[in-house]
Amino acid sequence: MADLQEQISKACPDVQIDNSGQWPLLTVANATWHETATKLKEQLNFDQLMALVGVDWGDAIGVIYYFTNTQTGDIIHVKVVADDRDKPYIHTVSDLWAVANYQEREAYDFYGIIFVNHPDMRRFFLRNDWVGHPLRKDYDANPELNPIRLDDETNEDYTCRYVEKDGKVVKIDGKVFEDDEYVINVGPQHPSTHGVMRYRVSLDGEIVKKVDVVSGYIHRGIEKLCESLTYPQTLLYTERMDYMAAHINRHCLCLCIEKALGIEVPHRAELIRLMMDELMRLSSHLLSYGCLTMDQGATTAFFYGFRDRELIYDIFDRTCGARMSMSYSTIGGVVADVHPDFITDVRHACDVIEKNMKEYHQLFTGNVIARNRMIGVGLLSKEDAINYAITGPSGRASGCHCDVRKTHPYSLYDEFDFEEVTRTEGDSMARYMVRMDEMVQSIKILRQACDKLEQEGAQGEYIAKVPKMIKLPAGHWYQQVEASRGAFGVYIESDGDSKPFQKPMRMHFQSPCFNLIGVVDLTCRDNMIADLITITASIDFVIPDIDR
Amino acid sequence: MFDFSTVTMWLDEFLRGLMPSWLAITTECILVAVLLLAAYSVLAMIYIMYERWVCGWIQCRRGPIRVGPAGSLQIFADVLKILSKEIITLWSTDKFLFFLAPFLVVLASVLTFACLPWGKGLQFIDFNIGVFFIIAVSSIGVLGILLAGWSSNSKYTLIGAMRSGAQMISYELSVGISILTIVCLAGTMSITGIVEAQADGWFLFKGHLPAVIAFIIYIIAANAENNRGPFDLPEAEHELTAGYHTEYSGIHYGLFYLAEYLNLFVVSGIASLLFLGGWMPLHISGLDGFNAVMDYIPSTLWFLGKAFFMTFIFMWIRWSFPRVRIDQMLALEWRYLMPIGLANLVVMAIVVTQGWHF
Repeated sequence: MADLQEQISKACPDVQIDNSGQWPLLTVANATWHETATKLKEQLNFDQLMALVGVDWGDAIGVIYYFTNTQTGDIIHVKVVADDRDKPYIHTVSDLWAVANYQEREAYDFYGIIFVNHPDMRRFFLRNDWVGHPLRKDYDANPELNPIRLDDETNEDYTCRYVEKDGKVVKIDGKVFEDDEYVINVGPQHPSTHGVMRYRVSLDGEIVKKVDVVSGYIHRGIEKLCESLTYPQTLLYTERMDYMAAHINRHCLCLCIEKALGIEVPHRAELIRLMMDELMRLSSHLLSYGCLTMDQGATTAFFYGFRDRELIYDIFDRTCGARMSMSYSTIGGVVADVHPDFITDVRHACDVIEKNMKEYHQLFTGNVIARNRMIGVGLLSKEDAINYAITGPSGRASGCHCDVRKTHPYSLYDEFDFEEVTRTEGDSMARYMVRMDEMVQSIKILRQACDKLEQEGAQGEYIAKVPKMIKLPAGHWYQQVEASRGAFGVYIESDGDSKPFQKPMRMHFQSPCFNLIGVVDLTCRDNMIADLITITASIDFVIPDIDR
Repeated sequence: MFDFSTVTMWLDEFLRGLMPSWLAITTECILVAVLLLAAYSVLAMIYIMYERWVCGWIQCRRGPIRVGPAGSLQIFADVLKILSKEIITLWSTDKFLFFLAPFLVVLASVLTFACLPWGKGLQFIDFNIGVFFIIAVSSIGVLGILLAGWSSNSKYTLIGAMRSGAQMISYELSVGISILTIVCLAGTMSITGIVEAQADGWFLFKGHLPAVIAFIIYIIAANAENNRGPFDLPEAEHELTAGYHTEYSGIHYGLFYLAEYLNLFVVSGIASLLFLGGWMPLHISGLDGFNAVMDYIPSTLWFLGKAFFMTFIFMWIRWSFPRVRIDQMLALEWRYLMPIGLANLVVMAIVVTQGWHF
């Protein structure tokens, strides 16, 4: 740690470093930010931008960046405050970390922070004609300003960027597509966008020339909503982002709040949470298998995946009382102990899925058409995966060792024997195979966990003593877990308010799918329109997780 | 074996006795047309149910079970539904072509349907270039699909139609070549002639290796010709929502649907005609008792049974394979199927001239 601090102060002498938190906090002025960022990336090798969180502190507006060095696993975070609260300008880092492109558009959408030199400064979630930036503390929520509009939103054919000229920021208009391009609209209602996602695809015959992602059709403003809820209430929203990683997301928020409160969670509770996470991952990968096969027209394989997923949902049903949105983890542990047959059910599900996986491979993996459709298609290099902060199975298929369970172990993962599945090809087939192999690893973890839970006895302490009123001290925390589609992060900033029902000042969810959507254009370009569907299915994102 | 021509002859004489000969022929034509269309629609309904059950069975599901005993009335509900649905006419479509397109597709499928050998002496159209006629009229369908895609004035349908045009025209070559291989073996283009030639053994068994290769090429190409999976690119649901018929609704959509299922029957029927002896019972030379028993099964049942068996194979393929991509599909045809088919035709010609077949 001290070593890292030394390196940072050597490379960037004008930066303040605060070492009081879990990770070093750098405070950088906007004027020198781009220069500092370049040094961070090139000299100190912080090659991945984990999260970009816009924050309104009331008196100032700014951005907190979380960077990681993918080789050493070091994490730092950087705070950049805009000079003017009413017209906030911050220099873009999208030229250094490609993932910042969409992340900065999100921050612009929510806070009105204009990123100077950003190539495409459009809103990301809200309509073009939305008045105001909703997450600013001075936002006017008057419904007359933003009524429910009944007219169609105009196509976003125009974009703009802001550049510095003679010390002043100037707006330059641009176009998304040229006039003579053949643009087709995929979505928001389309059989294989896996939800209400919309791409505008420029075609040359069957070849995709450019994909413009238009998001926000299922945007619920979860981050805004969380600011008006108490901490236990915010837990519910985590399950409504990536519903295929409901347990895992909720686990992450619980961990983050527990970290802030300093609560020690009972071993049994953490074990149960971990098992639920792995069951969730298993079910998510089964669904992903089903969707990938169906998007290529193999409808039968889809049913195979769904059939086995039922077993897992039955387990959830018996223990949590619900099949989707289980609301099982809570601050300090889990809400109830497991069903008496839980261990038997889990073992049975593991056995059945393990047996049926041979069938999946026979039906689909070895099929010559499937192989031709996936091998060498939608290539994503390791450099791009890191640059675009692609984590999860899609990142590991490109050769990144990005499994949070291994890089920054949380929960009880360091007690378990499992392997991080990686491949080097980076094509659709590799992404598909990583998921299939991860299912085997999940089964392995689950079997070990079953033994451990059996040793703990039929019943035990499943929740820690937690204060009735959850009040976080002033400060900010960030917690990452490995969700089924990549690293899921939660950022909480609390103002330490002493009122009885404390609400978070800022809660940001760094969803893995948000980053995944960033590589659609990169991977699909110069492939066929049919490959667009296969590639997006193999990248495997869940739309509510992008839109939040 | 019962010969249906006795019935038709009797009817013909009966009608001629009642009315002048031109009127008798007109009446017969109308009767035939009514029968044909009735058989067409009934078979379509059977086929839709058949597909649902087979698909359900393959996919570990039960298929339709709610309407009527074991879901048997489901299809009537579906037909009623599609008949009563609103036909949505779009702005800025080419109305005439838009409405013409589904009828062209159905026309092609009815015309080929009429050529099938339904049973001994039971055939709607039978003349000496029957097979040639089948190949000719089945090509009208692609015109309907192209028109549908073009006149809808939508980008999805246009891509679907273009794919379909490229696909059907390419694969028609392979279908044609494999049919030609069998014509070469049979020595006639007449449908009755081809069936009669298989009295002592079906061509699939008689024709040595070339017939088997032709059979496999036919199965692949017919699947593609039919726009069925793994070659269902023109309507690739997951890419183009519904391809060329995206903008159609109500009975117009129903007509495309109908034609698709009937085309499935037609290609199965042609496969059974060319390779499995049409309505000809299974005869094994030498086993006279066995042959006599086989003759007791009515010829129509033989034909339908073979067609349904072939359909099952088509469905099996449809529900097992993922979809190919357009470039892979064209490469398969032009680089593999057609050269192999042409070589196979030459081999078949040699086999026939040398008399190596059974």
